[in-house]
Amino acid sequence: MNKPRETLVHARAVFKSYDRGKITVLRDVSLDVKRGEIVALWGSSGSGKSTLLHLLGGLDVQDSGHISICGLDPRTETNRLDLRRHHLGFVFQLHNLIPDLTVEENLRVPALAAGRSAAATRERLLELTDRVGIGHRLNHRIQDLSGGERQRTAICRALMPTPRLILADEPTGSLDEQTGSIIFDLLKTLAERDGIGVVIATHERRFAESCHRIARMRDGRLDEVPQ
Amino acid sequence: MHILSLVITNLRRHRWRALIGMAGIAFGVAAMLTILAIVTGAIGMFQRILSSDSHYLVFERNVSDLFFSSVTREQIAAIRANPEVASAHPVLFGIVSAPDHPVITCFGLEGSDPRLAKAEWRSGKPENFGQRDDEIFLGSRAAEFLGAKMGQTLEIGHGEFRVGGIFKTENGFEDGGVFLPLAVAQTFFHREDAASVVTVKLRDERSGAAFKHALEGAVKEVIALENREFNSSYNSFKILNFTAWAVGICAFCLGGLGVANTMLLSVFTRIREIAVLRVCGFSKQQVAGLIFGEATAIAAAGVMCGFAIGLMLLVILQRIPQFQGYVQASLQPIVLLGVIVTAFLTAAAGAIYPARFASRIEPAEALRYE
Repeated sequence: MNKPRETLVHARAVFKSYDRGKITVLRDVSLDVKRGEIVALWGSSGSGKSTLLHLLGGLDVQDSGHISICGLDPRTETNRLDLRRHHLGFVFQLHNLIPDLTVEENLRVPALAAGRSAAATRERLLELTDRVGIGHRLNHRIQDLSGGERQRTAICRALMPTPRLILADEPTGSLDEQTGSIIFDLLKTLAERDGIGVVIATHERRFAESCHRIARMRDGRLDEVPQ
Repeated sequence: MHILSLVITNLRRHRWRALIGMAGIAFGVAAMLTILAIVTGAIGMFQRILSSDSHYLVFERNVSDLFFSSVTREQIAAIRANPEVASAHPVLFGIVSAPDHPVITCFGLEGSDPRLAKAEWRSGKPENFGQRDDEIFLGSRAAEFLGAKMGQTLEIGHGEFRVGGIFKTENGFEDGGVFLPLAVAQTFFHREDAASVVTVKLRDERSGAAFKHALEGAVKEVIALENREFNSSYNSFKILNFTAWAVGICAFCLGGLGVANTMLLSVFTRIREIAVLRVCGFSKQQVAGLIFGEATAIAAAGVMCGFAIGLMLLVILQRIPQFQGYVQASLQPIVLLGVIVTAFLTAAAGAIYPARFASRIEPAEALRYE
């Protein structure tokens, strides 16, 4: 009998609004994501995908409802730091790398925050950059990289803490179709190989359809799309 | 990679802003260093004039400045009559003027004053001092800026004097001053029979308390202070020191505003980046530490540049003939420490608001609009 997979994301009846309740962005959202699952948050712009990702990542706090990430409540600063340093990786639409640092220096930032040893960090970043095909670019500055290479670097940075969950907000949104597909496949392959849970916010149906599950976001509500 | 490399990278990326912040601290350091070195040097020179070969200084009680002090001939005699006293030398301070030189310090001394014997005589002899009433003696710097030579007649104030000797002393005030026999100086300054101070050398330094007690009991109008005691209690020294620190700290305040402005601009242009650091696991304290680290690096560079600028200024000032040798900079360790501590405190104070702002950046807010 298979061992039940660990639940990484457990969100129940989550509500979120802005402007003192005038703009409701999430309405009664519930979502579970298990280890090794790749879930697409699919929906148009303004449907609440990014807001939900921010809540899951502890970047914002819900008005009501319950969220547990890797067993931790992300509303407290201590838990947020623990999650970001050890359990979570973020990938954004814009790579959000530090432009004047090299690829290697950018990849060392999460380790710097967590106080990891330089040797262990070096070993991890060499392994990751080889896997995503930017091992030859370690000493290059971000501004010297192509869009695809930048996003590969951003994926590596998200994977540096050996996370259990990756939250990716339109990771292919700023890339051309071909590069976007390469990056999406890379993210999926890495996640499947390492058994990482992934939540990808995307508005592109073709990417959503290649995930294990699709959670459709519409006007702040979430519906599972049967596949 | 260490957090220091992030600090250096951030400063390198905003190098002009960092340079402006650094310049603010550097000018503060240079200003404070220069002012304090000059004032401390000046005070030191004045202290050496007063304490020349003596243990005690006697002057008029409750007088605001030594220039207004009068110790009469009878009082000088009483001092000399004290059995503890080995020697007592009255000195009269005054300010004289010469054509093109409105302010020259003048010292009225007796011929037996030890500072005359200790000086390096360039022309004339110490034993000639006080032999003639129409003679004036010059410090070597004074002779230089007055363009005076031995035997030449000089117009000083309302009188004319023949240069009876020129000598070099270690002390800038003395070397840039003129010397008259005490009696001549008393007449010149209309201070008949009076001296400003009397420097007293005791037979046994340990008998100071007995000397002071006996003198102040017998002559109520004067006060006797040990040199060290005088240096720490003389109001003019305190005022000079206070003013120097106050001016220096004002200069630093401007530097601090420069740092605050630099750091604030630097934070404003890196809001997204700071948000990403938070997303990567940086705590609020680590973000604040990064900003304080940058301010500290700016302060460190500013201190080094400020010391270089300040020392250069002091060398230049000491070589300007118009200063008549009055600038004898003295860099005391406590002053250097004070300048360094003030520089770092100023930079830290300037970084408080930017660091607070940076540590409170909400990642979701900063990253919402990609």
